[in-house]
Amino acid sequence: MIAKLTSSERQNALVLAVIVALAGAAMAILGRSDVLGVHGLIVMIFAGVVIYLIMASFYEPEPTEDREASYYDDPIKAGIVLAMVWAVFGMFMGVWVAAQLAWPDLAFDGAWSSFGRLRPTHTTGVIFGFGGNALIATSFHVVQRTSRARLAGQVSPWFVLLGFNLFCVLAVSGYLLGVTQSKEYAEAEWYADLWLVIVWVTYFILYIATIARRKEPHIYVANWYFMAFILVVAILHIVNNLALPVSWGHAKSYTIWPGVQDAMVQWWYGHNAVAFFLTAGFLGMLYYYLPVRAQRPIFSYRLSILSFWGITFFYMWAGSHHLHYTALPHWVQTLGMTFSVMLLVPSWASAGNALLTLNGAWHRVRDDATLRFMMAAAVFYGLSTFEGSFMAIRPVNALSHYTDWTVGHVHAGALGWVALITFGSLYTLVPVLWKRERMYSAALIEVHFWLAIAGTLIYVFAMWNSGIIQGLMWRTYTEEGALAYSFVDSLVAMYPYYIARAFGGLLFLIGAVVACYNIWMTVRAVPAAAPRATDIPATTVAVPGE
Amino acid sequence: MDISHDTLVAFSKSWGLFYLMAFFVCVVVYALWPSNRKRFDRAKHSILDRDDRPWQK
Repeated sequence: MIAKLTSSERQNALVLAVIVALAGAAMAILGRSDVLGVHGLIVMIFAGVVIYLIMASFYEPEPTEDREASYYDDPIKAGIVLAMVWAVFGMFMGVWVAAQLAWPDLAFDGAWSSFGRLRPTHTTGVIFGFGGNALIATSFHVVQRTSRARLAGQVSPWFVLLGFNLFCVLAVSGYLLGVTQSKEYAEAEWYADLWLVIVWVTYFILYIATIARRKEPHIYVANWYFMAFILVVAILHIVNNLALPVSWGHAKSYTIWPGVQDAMVQWWYGHNAVAFFLTAGFLGMLYYYLPVRAQRPIFSYRLSILSFWGITFFYMWAGSHHLHYTALPHWVQTLGMTFSVMLLVPSWASAGNALLTLNGAWHRVRDDATLRFMMAAAVFYGLSTFEGSFMAIRPVNALSHYTDWTVGHVHAGALGWVALITFGSLYTLVPVLWKRERMYSAALIEVHFWLAIAGTLIYVFAMWNSGIIQGLMWRTYTEEGALAYSFVDSLVAMYPYYIARAFGGLLFLIGAVVACYNIWMTVRAVPAAAPRATDIPATTVAVPGE
Repeated sequence: MDISHDTLVAFSKSWGLFYLMAFFVCVVVYALWPSNRKRFDRAKHSILDRDDRPWQK
């Protein structure tokens, strides 16, 4: 990691790490016994480990080879490992909180292990830890390969990757210690948010600078999606997290947005986090790894452009569908509903484009579980975007909102689309990156595929059932006009579904553990592939007409 | 300056619609412009080349 840097770059890395350590010391001193103080200590330990790693090979000989003649793959490898570590952590926390809903004793009477504190560790762990690291790693890979240029920085990719993981650690440890902004998918407090702004802006500049060095005339569409992801997440994060801390020595802050505006800003953020973090970036993966794995160009490049602009411009307006029947002005709710329905068009354009790319290669989908991961992801993407448009319609939302149906919908997207496309991409990427001929075991990929599919289906069907039962019970009236069921009645009715949901999640978690083992063994045990001849185009395949 | 609720509604119902329609037309024209076809075809095939090194002069 350090051996590939020149001595001046090593110095820069060291200076950065020392600055972070000093910032941690300042937090520890100002925060004292507050959680801010604990977090200062965590920052110092994190920076200390990085300083140790830099110093350990600080005086090694400098690299002699021409670095511009090869792609910068080390940060990508580290990103994949971190993504898998976070996947196991985040999914384990998910299974735990799911089990707590069925068996509340599993909180063990601890404050730190109560449902309210564990749940955000699950969401942050899987969305930011697993998804975020996977996005950073694959975006670094895709931008280099499609631009035929090395990353524009030597230290900055490491800064982005490690800085992002420091944010995740601060966020998750903060929840366990009891701090939260009480904002969905943005629970981390002000100092962690400020740090993420620095990291994310660096990420954006690095990405743009790499694109600027490209040797291809046209920017491949996957990069558009990754750029939209990076840019929009920066905007969302900054606007939603505008807050004033109680004092410089205190972790607690208050948002600057009052009342219903706060709700609107939160769900503008929340829904666009789904749109640009969990959709745009992963569509970037889809548009690169699916054609590469299938060895077929994307069915229609023009359609991919149309759906890109459709998704970017429609999603921005859809957030208010989270606030139907609230104090939000009626026309804003209607606006959100209308745009959510329109979103189906570009969403299905992407899903259809992916499936039509595979048309003519179905035998490969049958034989290759990696490609099947991506095919299933496209199908779930189509299904969950249809479901989302449907649930955004106000009368449907009257039934579905606040019920487990919403949870089922989110997981149809998160497990069926986001996780499946990620695993498909990683199984494509890992052998290429470590220069292995293939993954360690095709059979284990097959096992993982069926565990993931079974887990997702069990989860989603359990939540559909429980959600609709909940919704119907809450709106059933007696002849006298009173509610027929108490809340506890509906809770008791959920019990079997909560058990099924935890079981589905457990299957998915086991699949992720199998993937970790397979990736580990690929790196350790599979012989290196013979170096690929350069400048040899792929075996010519028939190109479907547009 | 005082922006009332009604002003905002009127603005979004008129200009909001116009700019989205105009934007839509621009995107369709760009995607379907005949001379862009070559560049798009090249782009979609370029990722399948098996070259795994940065471009060198």
